[in-house]
Amino acid sequence: MPPDEQQPESKETTLTAAPERTDRHTDGDVLEDVLEVAREQVLERGEGLTEEQVLRVLQLPDERVSDLLALAHEVRMRWCGPEVEVEGIVSLKTGGCPEDCHFCSQSGQFPSPVRSAWLDVPGLVRAARQTAETGATEFCIVAAVRGPDARLLSQVREGIAAIRADGNDIQIACSLGMLTQAQVDELVEMGVHRYNHNLETARSHFPQVVTTHSWEERWDTLRMVRDAGMEVCCGGIIGMGETLEQRAEFAVQLASLSPDEVPMNFLIPNPGTPYENYPVVEGPDALRAVGAFRLALPRTILRFAGGRELTFGDLGAKQGMLGGINAIIVGNYLTNLGRPAAQDLEMLDDLKMPIKALSQTL
Amino acid sequence: MNAFCSFCGRETDAADHTACARRLQLIDPPRFCAQCARRMVVQVTPAGWTARCSRHGEISST
Ligand code: SF4
Repeated sequence: MPPDEQQPESKETTLTAAPERTDRHTDGDVLEDVLEVAREQVLERGEGLTEEQVLRVLQLPDERVSDLLALAHEVRMRWCGPEVEVEGIVSLKTGGCPEDCHFCSQSGQFPSPVRSAWLDVPGLVRAARQTAETGATEFCIVAAVRGPDARLLSQVREGIAAIRADGNDIQIACSLGMLTQAQVDELVEMGVHRYNHNLETARSHFPQVVTTHSWEERWDTLRMVRDAGMEVCCGGIIGMGETLEQRAEFAVQLASLSPDEVPMNFLIPNPGTPYENYPVVEGPDALRAVGAFRLALPRTILRFAGGRELTFGDLGAKQGMLGGINAIIVGNYLTNLGRPAAQDLEMLDDLKMPIKALSQTL
Repeated sequence: MNAFCSFCGRETDAADHTACARRLQLIDPPRFCAQCARRMVVQVTPAGWTARCSRHGEISST
């Protein structure tokens, strides 16, 4: 499908209420309703769903999606509370990455129109200030690299010092690719409190998405980050040709990592990338994924990240916020634009969801 | 009228750019100079973007 047929209008995803539970019967066998099981297992006991259970959630018919979202919201309220964690992100080094992640417009291996750019320290300080002004408690510094070199780490160090000298006490996260132990230690010493490194997709699907490094190499970085006492932020992208089985596999693989945060992205088919003609994830599928991930990860910060504008539009984002999501990225992303921060903050106000304060996170 | 589409870089009258316009309206900063179709160096920040053409200079969201 050409990209020009992939852009849905901004609209609320229509979900009709239907009490019939079609997942109860297969070939005459009575299966327990997966949402009833989840109510007891996840909501009451705080135990995430298994892979097989997540798959059954992902296979729920459209008529059950509103039930799923209602339960996922209850789970989020019970195990995480009403606060929403707001974060801003900025690209310190854009484009020219040697890796070949097939979804990424910043890979130097594809004819993407994204050119290399470096943000200078004053620009980084301004971006952190703009983020703090929205009430956000997190600011993530991102670089398009396989892993950081000495120049990049020194730029990060200088940037963090300048942000602090600006009187900005926002919590700083980084996403700089794969790390060595010495680099992990250096980031801890700089005061970086959370590290983002996405596994991107199920282990079984990863070789179809990336060939220049392995899922296991990413896992190794995450383990070092966790062992060093930094918070782990690890998520991925829905809609990269994975099967529902692989989506379920990914949810439980993430759960086995016990990440502090899981950012959920929905594929943006970017020009020049191998996935440029992939379809945008349909709203109901995306909502099923949101609900299923919450039921697999009851205590994790589940963040709406890139692609939600294309997949959900304006009103659909509210359904996600009422379906298990408890964190958002406000403002723009790394190479794509987001909704204006004020629009999202107004949405949270409408939903009566308080923004997590800095004092609560320290 | 711009000579080139800032999303795909092709001539504006060479194709239907409705989808390009929607991407630019929703989630994309300009990537190609509308005057010469050169790829621009684009920096996106939380509250805006700048795009610089080596020939025609910088434009920004503000
Ligand atoms: S490592 Fe990161 S920046 Fe590089 S191609 Fe993969 S996703 Fe893009």
